[in-house]
Amino acid sequence: MRIILHIWRQKHRDAPGKMVRYEVEDVNPHMSFLEMLDVLNERLIERGDEPVVFDHDCREGICGSCGFVINGIPHGPLRGTTVCQLHMRHFKDGDELYLEPWRARAFPVIRDLMVDRSAFDRIIAAGGFISVPTGSAPDGNAIPIPKEVAELAMDAAACIGCGACVAACPNASAMLFTGAKISHLGLLPQGQPEREQRAIAMVAQMQAEGFGACTNVAECEAVCPKNIKIENIARMFRDFITASWTRRPPVERLGGAG
Amino acid sequence: MTQVREPGPVVPSAASSAPSGPGAPPAAARRPPVRPGPQRPAPLPIEFWRSALGKKWVMAVSGIVLLGFVLVHMIGNLKVYLGAEAINRYGEWLRELGEPALPRTAALWIVRAVLAGAFVAHVVAAAQLTALNRRARPVGYRSPRDYVAANFASRTMRWTGVIVALFVVFHLLDLTWGTANPKFVRGEVYDNMVASFRRVPVAIAYIAANVALAIHIFHGAWSLFQTLGWSNPRLNPARRWFAAGFAAVIGIGNISMPLLIVTRVVG
Repeated sequence: MRIILHIWRQKHRDAPGKMVRYEVEDVNPHMSFLEMLDVLNERLIERGDEPVVFDHDCREGICGSCGFVINGIPHGPLRGTTVCQLHMRHFKDGDELYLEPWRARAFPVIRDLMVDRSAFDRIIAAGGFISVPTGSAPDGNAIPIPKEVAELAMDAAACIGCGACVAACPNASAMLFTGAKISHLGLLPQGQPEREQRAIAMVAQMQAEGFGACTNVAECEAVCPKNIKIENIARMFRDFITASWTRRPPVERLGGAG
Repeated sequence: MTQVREPGPVVPSAASSAPSGPGAPPAAARRPPVRPGPQRPAPLPIEFWRSALGKKWVMAVSGIVLLGFVLVHMIGNLKVYLGAEAINRYGEWLRELGEPALPRTAALWIVRAVLAGAFVAHVVAAAQLTALNRRARPVGYRSPRDYVAANFASRTMRWTGVIVALFVVFHLLDLTWGTANPKFVRGEVYDNMVASFRRVPVAIAYIAANVALAIHIFHGAWSLFQTLGWSNPRLNPARRWFAAGFAAVIGIGNISMPLLIVTRVVG
């Protein structure tokens, strides 16, 4: 197979970038997309050129490292997969493909197709956790959880934080990511103590990072490699609105004799 | 006594890295960082409005008010098909609404105030959210955008919204204040409508604006459930039908009036 690539090349965060055309000959249809880029990079190195920088780690579609936009669609045309699980057999000989990094103010480009997604980490740090006592492991199934709830929480927890939702959103909104993270803890009994604070804090952090706002176009759901549903966005709204209108003022004093 | 402070959002700017360039003062001269006291949060409605989710909620609630208005307004105006007396009497009834408990036109003005408030809130929230969304992607994609799921209505909300807002201004000038209608006579609802819609360009404007309104409702009436948090697999098909039905009823009902009057079927 012969594939023509137009790849966004950008030297560093503040450098101007541009699309550069590459032709890759003898592409094996069984290669993954990243393996095809590996071949391109080998040839670029042999020629003395700079290889194309892209994020990747597990190459099994479960880590959330990889991802870029192929012809306007994050992770490419195959639904429910990351770009590392997209194989060249889904393309035709002579196809012309445009590769670009996720584009959002909150995701500055580090180099070429690699962006800085630490904004997601800060959203998690703002409230994507539960408080548990350390010590010996608790008994399994000590807290009854209905099967349906466990499944919903697990569906939301499947989010790998790749950022495709932000890339696909016409408003660069991170509401699918944040909604999934708020849902997966908020649905479970263990997540209840911080439920209100979590919704308020994660939503505030999301906005402070410079992400946009949802217009319910559902592009995020369509490109999500883990098929996270926009129902999670609705659940985030539910938690946020309830918490906003019913939350009491913060406590002035900690408990105890101090 | 230990003060517990609400953790505010971490601002990911250069705030954490102190200036260390040649222009920065020497470390000893720098003042120690002031430890901020417990911050008093803004009053609840203001804090809520500052959040993008709060603005979205305002859009959903004001949207419900405006949907209710659009439906009642259409039902009232369809009395044009029952003849001049029916619709003129309806117009008079609107002014008498609430009598004798309220003075004449008081209830009408209360309704108008609520509608104007909802309209302004809807437009201001939309404008601020649009500005936020523009800022969120300063560098756009170079390759052509390939939408996978977004329908036409959801992608054109800003445009249909602007068209409807401009139309509302014209519509008030035309059939409420009469400035844009040379044959306007206050209280003669039927004659005013016929005189206005007999002008072909005006009829076309009314029809086009109501097409935009129907498209706007098709996304808005579905979207508001999502914003209010009412989304689950059992409800979602009904949401789609509700929005499509609402858009169709408003579109067909409102377009029929200028269409039938300009073609001289009615009037």
